Amino acid sequence: MRTITYKEIVERVSKMCQEANFDLGQDVVEAFQSALKNESSETGKDILEQLILNADIAKSERVPMCQDTGVSVFIVEVGQDCHIAGGSIYNAINEGVKKGYEEGYLRHSIVDHPITREKSKGYNTPSIIHIELVPGDEIVIHMSAKGGGSENMSSLKMLKPSDGLEGIKKYILDTVAMAGPNACPPLVVGVGIGGNFERCAYLAKKSLFRPIGHRSERPELAQLEIELMEEINKLGIGPQGMGGNTTALDVKIEIEPCHIAALPVSVNLNCHASRHKEVRL
Amino acid sequence: MCANKVSSPIDEQVLPSLKAGDRVLISGTIYTARDAAHKRMSEALQKGEDLPFNIKGQTIYYVGPTPAKPGQIIGSAGPTTSGRMDKYTPSLLDRGLKGMIGKGYRSQEVIDSMKKNKAVYFAAIGGSGALIARSIKSMEVIAYEDLGPEAIYKLTVENFPAVVIIDNEGTDWYQVGKEQFKKQADQ
Ligand code: SF4
Repeated sequence: MRTITYKEIVERVSKMCQEANFDLGQDVVEAFQSALKNESSETGKDILEQLILNADIAKSERVPMCQDTGVSVFIVEVGQDCHIAGGSIYNAINEGVKKGYEEGYLRHSIVDHPITREKSKGYNTPSIIHIELVPGDEIVIHMSAKGGGSENMSSLKMLKPSDGLEGIKKYILDTVAMAGPNACPPLVVGVGIGGNFERCAYLAKKSLFRPIGHRSERPELAQLEIELMEEINKLGIGPQGMGGNTTALDVKIEIEPCHIAALPVSVNLNCHASRHKEVRL
Repeated sequence: MCANKVSSPIDEQVLPSLKAGDRVLISGTIYTARDAAHKRMSEALQKGEDLPFNIKGQTIYYVGPTPAKPGQIIGSAGPTTSGRMDKYTPSLLDRGLKGMIGKGYRSQEVIDSMKKNKAVYFAAIGGSGALIARSIKSMEVIAYEDLGPEAIYKLTVENFPAVVIIDNEGTDWYQVGKEQFKKQADQ
């Protein structure tokens, strides 16, 4: 059995939190560049250029690309043949986030109590941590710094099976249209279909961890992703909602089996500050 | 980029020339305030107290920056969602607030109050906080220091990039811009 230490997890998480906020993924930068070629709005082009410049500044000066450095969301694949020595994996991740956010001058954006709005004492913790047990002896940590503006415009609905594919498409387009400028387009649109109430939301979140341009492995979904992307870009919302043809940089869909009476659909919007990092231990 | 220069505080004479959709570069003094500071200002007004700064002609920027690194004036400082401030905004407009910088939709009440009081709403590019920080030349806390990053700061800005979203006639660029490109896509 392989042993991975608590301390190693803390260090790696701390580092990935900073990298997520400073180094925008190449997939996103390339999506900006290709959008710039297709955008017909002058203001829209201007915005895309500024976003490319902003990503450059963040990278070279080691500052966060956006002041909302987000809630740290983790999907951790833990190999069932590996042993974590020195403490719980949840504590290790939270300690890593606290360290990374404090030392990286990232913003502390968590309140402990959603009603009283009392600020949390752990710097930007607790994080949201999903653990998936997998075969093998490795740990793969996927991290996202998820912004509040786009999360706030996300949505879930229990459709009726009779609503079918048309109902699903309409719901996704309506959610994007309603979000308009608030979710900081251009967006990455994550969609979950099936599962149950809570699983469906998780599927949408999980889909956002797939790099831009990577299509679903299921041909019918890959096709639907492309089709939805075209439809969304016809809405006219454009960069920052100021009009244009770049409303989404990508659409991702994940599906799972569900109850015979159910058709859960969720749309998790991500802004252009689509910050994801991965480490393998 | 072709953009009009705007100075803040905003001169009432130039206000009508700022039209929805115009790209602008703002220079001068602006004040930061987000949820907690708005709540406190609104409570002060309800109690009949003065606001912590003279708001006549001024511009408020909805922002909660990241902590500054050593040697920096301010950390990343892009706009936050303006809609959360809508509840408090009309009372500030009634007292002479002329400009707001944020991102996202405003409520009909805010738009009506902007028309009545003659004010303008700008959007900065959400998620471009590292770039925007370059146009911020000084930062000084002036009220509610205990709120930390949510306190009211006075900022000096130079060529701060923004777009006029709602002008003093109530034209909303989020609607106009979208319709224009939607029509294009439908053709
Ligand atoms: S929605 Fe995204 S880009 Fe916009 S302010 Fe929030 S984190 Fe930044």
